[in-house]
Amino acid sequence: MMLSLILQQELARMQTTGGVGSPVTAYWPIMVFLVVAIIFPVLPIVLGRFLRPMMYSKTKARPYECGIDPKTEAHDRFTVRYYIVAMLFLIFDVETIFLLPWAIIFMGEDFTFTKFALLEMFIFIGILIVGYYYAWRKGALEWA
Amino acid sequence: MFLLLQANTTELYSLRDLMLIAPELILTVCGCVALVMEVVLPYRKSKWTAYFALVSIGLAAASLASLYFANRDLFPLDGFYGMLRIDGFAILFKAIFLIGAALTVAVSMRYLDVEGEQHGEYYALVLFATVGMMFLACGFDLISLYISLELMALTFYVLVAFTKREKRSNEAAMKYFLLGAFSSGILLYGMSLLYGVAGSTNLGEIGRSIGVALQPSVNELGMMTSGIPLRPLILLGVIALSAGLFFKISAVPFHMWAPDAYEGAPTPVTAFLSTGSKAASFALYLRIFTEALGGLRGTALDWAPLVAIVAAITILVGNWAAVTQENSKRLLAYSSISNAGYVLLGLVAGNSYGYIGIVIYLLVYTLMNIGAFGIIISLRRRGIIGDNVNDMAGLAQKAPGMAAMMAIFMLSLGGLPATGGFIGKYFLFGGLLQRGRLEEKSWYYWLAAWAIINTVVSFYYYVRFIKVMYLGERVADDRPLALSPALRAALVVSLIGVIIIGIYPQPFIDLAQKLITPLTAGALAFR
Repeated sequence: MMLSLILQQELARMQTTGGVGSPVTAYWPIMVFLVVAIIFPVLPIVLGRFLRPMMYSKTKARPYECGIDPKTEAHDRFTVRYYIVAMLFLIFDVETIFLLPWAIIFMGEDFTFTKFALLEMFIFIGILIVGYYYAWRKGALEWA
Repeated sequence: MFLLLQANTTELYSLRDLMLIAPELILTVCGCVALVMEVVLPYRKSKWTAYFALVSIGLAAASLASLYFANRDLFPLDGFYGMLRIDGFAILFKAIFLIGAALTVAVSMRYLDVEGEQHGEYYALVLFATVGMMFLACGFDLISLYISLELMALTFYVLVAFTKREKRSNEAAMKYFLLGAFSSGILLYGMSLLYGVAGSTNLGEIGRSIGVALQPSVNELGMMTSGIPLRPLILLGVIALSAGLFFKISAVPFHMWAPDAYEGAPTPVTAFLSTGSKAASFALYLRIFTEALGGLRGTALDWAPLVAIVAAITILVGNWAAVTQENSKRLLAYSSISNAGYVLLGLVAGNSYGYIGIVIYLLVYTLMNIGAFGIIISLRRRGIIGDNVNDMAGLAQKAPGMAAMMAIFMLSLGGLPATGGFIGKYFLFGGLLQRGRLEEKSWYYWLAAWAIINTVVSFYYYVRFIKVMYLGERVADDRPLALSPALRAALVVSLIGVIIIGIYPQPFIDLAQKLITPLTAGALAFR
């Protein structure tokens, strides 16, 4: 109710002033983005349902596992060790994600950034190494 | 003003900025070293990590003190492009956190020995949590505040689950984690709305933008536009922000996690959770609600009634629920909930009396609560949990000194004159009365009266400890208490602090007044 009132007011304002300046109007692109983001994945699924030929067989319904016949159910218990591996992977994956933009802007336009960037990244990696050393000494990397 | 201060920092980083966060840097490095010490040292030497943590807290305190003495007139210093602000408020709260952390480490050593969980990670986590708290006290930007809040919260989730073989501890951690993550989400939602209104995450900028947005102005068509469409957004932001913060300080109706988490967590972690974490959340609350939203006081979007109602309900529920508790940790959890309500009164008052009350109360509360939990820890031995109120029976005959200390901590929690708790409550309630007289609104008086009535109720359950200790015929456990020197020292320090603040509070009041001045000035500047 309140929101629609604001929107009406803002629409009226947009028509008179050209729609610049007010924070509420500034959200319109985000709304459009949201709508597009919803349509984009939903539309192919719905379209595909109508367009594709419907031919199912037992072999086709089986889960795909690199071409090998699946031996067990997918809902199986697996060892908690994967959890630690996943955590470690996540940490170093995030590190890579940080390193990539860093490498791009590392030089900067006039090299004023370089010393700072180098120092900063060494500190960041240093903290990660402490964590890695801890995980290693705690035996998180031992598999047998 | 801070733009002027910033204008000359053309470099990306300066040594001055790093000097401003020297205490936190020390603690971070020492936390990493403690983590390495854990894997390098054998188990029987892991107490060294505890002593190392104490030393590093001492170093951080020294660096904090040098920061204070280098800037005696307490001009607010901004660092890292306005992400941080070191002023009296920040220094004061950081000192409280360091005291809390040192006392926690001291009472933890024996507890972890009894549990067979003496690990270096514990101390590393305590140090990291302290870093988070200290950044909460000096953060001046929604981003830095949120990251420090998460640093504190994440370490506390792990700390609550630290006795990993105990089911209750795990259950407590799970509850705390789920509700804590949820509340962080709500808090973030409120922050994003505020950012949407103000277009900046800097608290000072938000304060200015909201001040501008609320000025009624007439546009070229003769319509009253500016401010009015933003009001619902601001209101929603303030409510979401408050809800998230009420979770963190365990105010009713968002208090449900606190008794379970406090009961299940290892006792020293409970002590730290109820003092350090709570004080840090209050620092966050005060910062945002005075610097960014202080301008809303006295307008149509005044948040004081909201906070006042929540405080009143919190005081009521906390005190009355504590009356029926048998588990002493659970009882102290409800007591901690009611105390959060008292501290909120200082925010409602919003004047220098109220702020002094908040700071002194949080300091005294840190001392007396860690003291009380320290005594509960001293009752614990392998096989006996010692966290039932009746486990204290006969303590007066077995260990008269400990019983006397516990009695003083309890009376101080209740707020008996001549203890520190009284001074804190005096300023909190006095601030309300002062504000009521200034604004000529009677609900401030009623709120103060309500708080005082409920304080009387709180004496019932605090005195129950004393009754059990002194008047019980039975002795729960006649073996002598096994105290470690560190635990004893922590208890004595807490006791001395509580008594000194109770009997001779003037230097503390002067210091608090001096350090809190920028906050009150900031809040008044918007009016």
